[in-house]
Amino acid sequence: MINFNEVMETNAMIEKENLDVRTITLGISLLDCIDSNTEVCSRKIYDKITGTAERLVSTGAEIEKEFGIPVVNKRISVTPAALIGGACCRQTEDFVRLAETLDRAAKAVGVNFIGGYSALVSKGMTQADRLLMESIPEALAVTERVCSSVNVGSTRTGINMDAVRLMGGIVRQTAERTKEADSLGCAKLVIFCNAPDDNPFMAGAFHGITEADAIINVGVSGPGVVKKALEEARGKDFETLCETIKKTAFKITRVGQLVAKEASKRLKIPFGIVDLSLAPTPAVGDSVAEILQELGLEYPGAPGTTAALALLNDQVKKGGVMASSYVGGLSGAFIPVSEDQGMIDAVQAGCLTLEKLEAMTCVCSVGLDMIAIPGDVSPATISGIIADEMAIGMINQKTTAVRLIPVIGKGVGDIVEFGGLLGYAPVMPVNRFSCEAFVNRGGRIPAPIHSFKN
Amino acid sequence: MNRTIITVVGKDRVGIIAKVCTYLAENSINILDISQTIVSGYFNMMMIVDTAQAPKEFGAVSGELEKLGGEIGVIIKAQREDIFDMMHRI
Repeated sequence: MINFNEVMETNAMIEKENLDVRTITLGISLLDCIDSNTEVCSRKIYDKITGTAERLVSTGAEIEKEFGIPVVNKRISVTPAALIGGACCRQTEDFVRLAETLDRAAKAVGVNFIGGYSALVSKGMTQADRLLMESIPEALAVTERVCSSVNVGSTRTGINMDAVRLMGGIVRQTAERTKEADSLGCAKLVIFCNAPDDNPFMAGAFHGITEADAIINVGVSGPGVVKKALEEARGKDFETLCETIKKTAFKITRVGQLVAKEASKRLKIPFGIVDLSLAPTPAVGDSVAEILQELGLEYPGAPGTTAALALLNDQVKKGGVMASSYVGGLSGAFIPVSEDQGMIDAVQAGCLTLEKLEAMTCVCSVGLDMIAIPGDVSPATISGIIADEMAIGMINQKTTAVRLIPVIGKGVGDIVEFGGLLGYAPVMPVNRFSCEAFVNRGGRIPAPIHSFKN
Repeated sequence: MNRTIITVVGKDRVGIIAKVCTYLAENSINILDISQTIVSGYFNMMMIVDTAQAPKEFGAVSGELEKLGGEIGVIIKAQREDIFDMMHRI
C-alpha cells in the first residue's frame, strides 16, 4: 500500500518542483481531407479537426483534477500541410488559406498551438512543398496558433541544400513580416534533420504519414524535479549521480504514461508515445541550466558543459525507457535559450556562445532553440547555421533542429521579450564571415556512408 | 473499488478529522486507511478512501473537499491512487 512519504514526495514534486504534464498532443491525420478544391479541402480539414478534438481540452482538465497533476497544454498536430494542399493549392495564397483554417480550428477547440504547417523535403521538393515553404512568412504572420516545421535532411537521404538555402531566406522573411512583434513568427518555425513523426512538443510537432488516423502523444517535463533530486547527490561520484537522474526520470515518465493511457481511454483514441523531455520554462526552478549548475558547472557554457549534458541526456533516456514501453518523440533535455532563465543568465554573463550551444546540440535532444540573433544577419549566414546543425543530425543519426529568431531592428546585447512560455532573450552575436559561396552551390549533400545498412 | 488518496495539510486545530470524516460519510465515501502526524504544530493526514459508492462525480467531491479545507484553514487534496502507484511501484 502507498505510504505517507510517497504521497508527500509526489505532491512536493508537483507543488514545489514544477512537475507537470507539459502537453497532451492529439495527432490527427488529414490525408482524407485532400481535395482538388481549396474551399472543400478547408472545410474538410476544419470538420475533421473540430470533430476529432472536440473533447480534448475538457478531458485534459478532467485528468488534471482527478490526479492532481497540472496538464499545462492541450495541442494538436496534423499531417504535413504540403501533402494535404498539394492537390488544390496553386499559389502561396492558397496555402495561407489552409493555415487560416488550421488557426480557426485550433481556436474552436481551445488548443493553444496546432503543429503541422510543414513540408518534408529531406531529399527533394515537390511544387507543393516549395509553395508551402514560400508561404510560411505570410502564414505565420496572419495566424496566431499555427506552428510550422520543415524537415530538410536525414541520415538516410542526406541534406537538401536547396531547401536549406531557401529556408535561410524564409526565416529572415518571417522575421521581417512579424517585426512589430519582435519577429515572433520565427518562434513558431523549426527546421529539422531527422524529424520524428510522433513529437508532441511545439513548434516542431506534426502528425507523420506513418501514423494512425488519430493518436495521443504526451510530453512530460520536470527539470525542477531532477535538480532537486541532484541536490541530494552533491559531491558524490558519477555512478551515484547517474542513478539519481535515472530514478527521477523513471518517476516522471510513469506519470506521463498514466496520463497518456487515461487520455487515450477517455477520448477513445489510441495511445502513441510518451516523450520524456526536460523542457524548461522561464519560471524559477524549471530550468535545465540549473541542473547543469547542480552537476558542478558555474554556468552552462563552461568547459565540461557538453560532457555534463551528454550524461544528463543519456540518463534521462535510460530512466524513461524503463518506465514506458513506448517512449518516443524527442525524449531528452531541451536547451532553448529564451525559455530558460539559467541559460539567459549564462549568455548575459558571457559564458554561453552560439558556438558552444552548437557543440551542446551534438548531445542534447534537439538543437539550436529559441536563440535571438541580430536582425541584419544575412539569409546566407542563417542557411550556413542551419546546414551545420543539419550535418550534426545527419552524421550522428539524431534529431537536430534550428529555431533562430533574427530580431529585426535589434543588435547584440539588446533584450527581446516574447512573453509567456517563450520568455525573453538577449540577442547573441553571430560569426559574420561569409559562407555564401558554399550555401549557393545548390543540390544536396549525399547521405553518409553509415546510412547504408541494408 | 475506486481508491482515492486524500491529503490534509495545515495548522492544527480542533475538529479537522471530524469535519473531513463527516463530509466523507455524508457522501458515501468509505475510509480504508488513515495515517496522521503533527510536525511542529502542523497537521499532516493521509487517507485512503473508496469513492465507488459516492453518488457525486469525482470533480465535485474534490472541489467540495477543497472548499471545506478553505473553511477550516487547511489544504485538502483528493487524487486518484493510480498516480502514486505508477510513480512508486514497478
